[in-house]
Amino acid sequence: MPIITVKDLTKRFGNTTAVDGISFEVEKGTVFGFLGPNGAGKTTTINILCTLLSPSSGTALIDGDDCVKKSAEVRKKIGIVFQDNTLDKELTAYENLLFHSYLYSVPKSERRERIYDALHFVGLYERKGDPVKKFSGGMKRRLEVARSIIHQPRVLFLDEPTLGLDPQSRTNLWEFISKLPEQQGVTIFMTTHYMEEAEICRKIAIIDKGKIIAQGSPEELKKMVGGDVIYLKTRDDASAINDLKTLFHLDAEELNGELFITVSGGGDACIPKLIGALGDRVVSVRLQRPTLNDVFLKLTGKDIRPETISGNSEIKDTMRTYRRKFDK
Amino acid sequence: MIQSDLNAIYVVVARELIKFTRERGRLISTLARPLIWLFLVGGGMSRVVSPTMGVPYIQFIFPGIIGMTILFSSIFSSISIIWDKEFGFMKEMLAAPVSRFSIVVGKALSGTAVSTIQALIIVLLFPILGLRLNLAQIVLVLCVSIMLSFCLSSLGILIASFYESFESFSVIMNFIVMPMFFLSGAMYPVQLLPHVLGVISRLNPLTYGIDALKHMIFAPSALITHDFPLGLDITVITASSIAFVVIAGNVFERRK
Ligand SMILES: Nc1ncnc2c1ncn2[C@@H]1O[C@H](COP(=O)(O)OP(=O)(O)OP(=O)(O)O)[C@@H](O)[C@H]1O
Ligand SMILES: [Mg+2]
Repeated sequence: MPIITVKDLTKRFGNTTAVDGISFEVEKGTVFGFLGPNGAGKTTTINILCTLLSPSSGTALIDGDDCVKKSAEVRKKIGIVFQDNTLDKELTAYENLLFHSYLYSVPKSERRERIYDALHFVGLYERKGDPVKKFSGGMKRRLEVARSIIHQPRVLFLDEPTLGLDPQSRTNLWEFISKLPEQQGVTIFMTTHYMEEAEICRKIAIIDKGKIIAQGSPEELKKMVGGDVIYLKTRDDASAINDLKTLFHLDAEELNGELFITVSGGGDACIPKLIGALGDRVVSVRLQRPTLNDVFLKLTGKDIRPETISGNSEIKDTMRTYRRKFDK
Repeated sequence: MIQSDLNAIYVVVARELIKFTRERGRLISTLARPLIWLFLVGGGMSRVVSPTMGVPYIQFIFPGIIGMTILFSSIFSSISIIWDKEFGFMKEMLAAPVSRFSIVVGKALSGTAVSTIQALIIVLLFPILGLRLNLAQIVLVLCVSIMLSFCLSSLGILIASFYESFESFSVIMNFIVMPMFFLSGAMYPVQLLPHVLGVISRLNPLTYGIDALKHMIFAPSALITHDFPLGLDITVITASSIAFVVIAGNVFERRK
């Protein structure tokens, strides 16, 4: 039985429809990714699931309990890391976690132990007595993750947990987060802008303008792009292109001294055939799978995070070429 | 009330008190206002105003200054809710499995604690003003202060529940708090107010709080006239406290 069941969920704010009839299910103990550009409706969906907003129509169940009718039950079962920091910066790390354990009625005998475990888990035990205002952005985020698991929730909502962190802190944080389903048996519902972070998800839903436009495992979604890309270096490009066309009906194009071939289905199985046919004309072969970013691009025509690639012109160029290829 | 709600009340109160003790500056700055009014305004006016209703002006405004201390510190404490909304901690509380009512009650109690402490500091200045209060009077003044603090803290929460951002702070101060202070009988007897303002001051819970304080501080034999009987004062304060808490609790409970 799925632990989260959402059916035809809609949320309107005046004239804007922030969430527009979405439906999905999340299996117990898995990581579910909710991806979408700014304003897609991700946070609104989380707020409804967390019982902070009531939906305009549709239903949402968490572990069998309706988010509207049984909000008190739902709240006991969930942990949340909100998009915006909700720590009290004047209080110490320990005090923040202690107050949380009171709010969630953690038994007195277990409070201290659970808080210490959570602090150890995110590597902040040594800093437990420091006021949160002295923490870096990454430390605050880790502390929020620690706080969200103290009451041992069944479902953990992470709304852009790595937003604004440097790459190292992001990797660090995911190390902690990805351990959770195994260690604590929780189900994770997360949103992110960083596509590579979504790779750890069992299932992903892509949302744009309040509607889910695609759902599936990362692999399934990537297949929608139209297959893998094989880069081939040969001694004689012209004859190779010709052979690929006649033997396999594949369109190869030359790109920066390499042949660029999009193959539908798995690219792995294709490589031996190509090498078999082309023989020693092949100098090197490289297989590249489409990234989730390509999926996003293909489905929405938008880059989910233009800023991530703006800094690196090399990647940007490759992406542009990619885009052109896939659009054909 | 169930355990989880008591826990929530504890969290809200403990958090406020921890912050209060850590921010020494806050105590000094909130005490500065009543001290300035008492000694600069009260002391200065005593020289121009003849004794009001038989007591020197500085003594006449003493209950009003206690009321002022309570008014400002209660409202300040309560509207930190807006701060919490803007900086997120409120979300942590609203998402927790506790009733919103307990958050409101906790906030009202923490406002009460903080303002009563400050009121007590001002009350203990009485010898400097040439007043004589016995222990029983001080205890009674303290009781009224606690009730008034709770009432005004609840009112503050009710006000805060309608605002989302801290930019509204000066609006609240200029259009709610300052008029409440001037229309409360703190600086001059309510009877002296023109008709319309007199009616407004009768709708102001602070008026009854200050009136009750006058009952406690000045001997019944003193010439000073109270505006209302003590029983009415206490009834109004209690009834409005309950109304404010219940309404604020309901406003908080409403989900968008
Ligand atoms: N309280 C509100 N009142 C009015 N409109 C709102 C409210 N909250 C969200 N919206 C609107 O709903 C839409 C979805 O917002 P939401 O915050 O869910 O997006 P998001 O996917 O979380 O975006 P981001 O990636 O920027 O966090 C936006 O158009 C937003 O302006
Ligand atoms: Mg969001």
